[in-house]
Amino acid sequence: MQVPAQVEYERATSVPHAIALLSRYAPGARVLAGGHSLIPMMKLRLAQPEVLVDINGITDLRYIQRSGHELRIGALARHADLLASPLAGEHFAILHDAERVIADPVVRNWGNVGGSLCQADPSEDLSAAFAALKGSMLIAGADGSRQVSARAFHTGPYETVVGDAEMLTEIRVPIRPGSGSAYLKVMRRAGDWPVGAAAAAVWLANGVIADVGIGLTAVGASHFVAAEAEEFLRGQRADATAFARAGQIAAEHCHPVTDQRGPADYKRHLVRELTTRVLATAVARARGPASSKGLAR
Amino acid sequence: MKITVTVNGTDYPRVVEPRLLLIHFLRDELGLTGSHWGCDTSNCGACVVWLDDIPVKSCTVLAVMADGRRVTTVEGLASRSRLDPVQEAFAACHGLQCGFCTPGMMMTARWLLDNNPDPTEEEVREAISGQVCRCTGYENIVRSVLWAAKHDGGQA
Repeated sequence: MQVPAQVEYERATSVPHAIALLSRYAPGARVLAGGHSLIPMMKLRLAQPEVLVDINGITDLRYIQRSGHELRIGALARHADLLASPLAGEHFAILHDAERVIADPVVRNWGNVGGSLCQADPSEDLSAAFAALKGSMLIAGADGSRQVSARAFHTGPYETVVGDAEMLTEIRVPIRPGSGSAYLKVMRRAGDWPVGAAAAAVWLANGVIADVGIGLTAVGASHFVAAEAEEFLRGQRADATAFARAGQIAAEHCHPVTDQRGPADYKRHLVRELTTRVLATAVARARGPASSKGLAR
Repeated sequence: MKITVTVNGTDYPRVVEPRLLLIHFLRDELGLTGSHWGCDTSNCGACVVWLDDIPVKSCTVLAVMADGRRVTTVEGLASRSRLDPVQEAFAACHGLQCGFCTPGMMMTARWLLDNNPDPTEEEVREAISGQVCRCTGYENIVRSVLWAAKHDGGQA
């Protein structure tokens, strides 16, 4: 029988209230959102907070909306909300690709976007997706909010820049013309963590890749990003040769480790193949629905 | 901590430790042993109940998080006079063998049919993809859910 150790529990009614509670109990407090990573870790004593600050009552943090040229996702948006959001799907197909393969439908009902990002598991899917999209995170603290690039959000496995008395409140993704995006993951069984996964977002101008974001999950890519492959692709014609070369570069520069999900060389092979494919799908989507038929999954 | 959880329409005020899991609250505090406690890691789905009408894995939710909310368990599926069509379906189609996964399967199935009264087989399989049948009796579980959809449109 697995039960968490004794812990105190506080329920936050607003973001300032949550910040005040986190400040009061820092560094012993942890934000409790969906709890689908935190509670299992508490059962195993991998996490042992003294106080849980439950933010599920802050219902105004649960939204997915457009504001100007940005998609804004409240930290408490459930995974199921993001998967069901036509707005998110219209602009960023990658988010639906990723959500479709995150855990299972019942877990997605309660687990949420902000919690997954703050958990900062190296195998977590949305981190790579938001890194590819060049999104940013809004972090609230006692002195107001600060915005941090998705690519600077994670400082290591299970570590982020969010301070003891701060909390993630929103994820922002710029909506830019000529874009397409996709996520592709290989897992051993339905709902599992990835053996490896790749994320791509491209911005085309006159058939050329004006800008590109490539994210990698679970393969030891720094900040979930394949920076060298991005650098190679920028300014290239968007064709199969370029995608394959980018896949090769991404595979060369990541650092997968052998574990129960597979050997390192197989994961490196996956990075090459998945990056190549996901770039092709993202470009096809950027060019329009007619050219992306049959490529989505 | 003092909490009140509305389970199957009845308010239950209780004093609990914050670390108490919802599944243990239901089984040990309230004696509602229909929901099963399985893997303890949110993988198997034997513990699925509805929290505010949405299926969740209750081994990974604290009882205090359900304070002031509605919980529906398998005990709440049947009305006084008849079984829910999903329950009838599991009987009619041999949807259970050992029965351990059945309560969770039925809660997810009921929710699926409430939201999608005429699902495809693929949609049924996707809906229960986070739930494990240790007898590997998935064929009959899927058949049961599809049977329920055909009878009463799946509505109780």
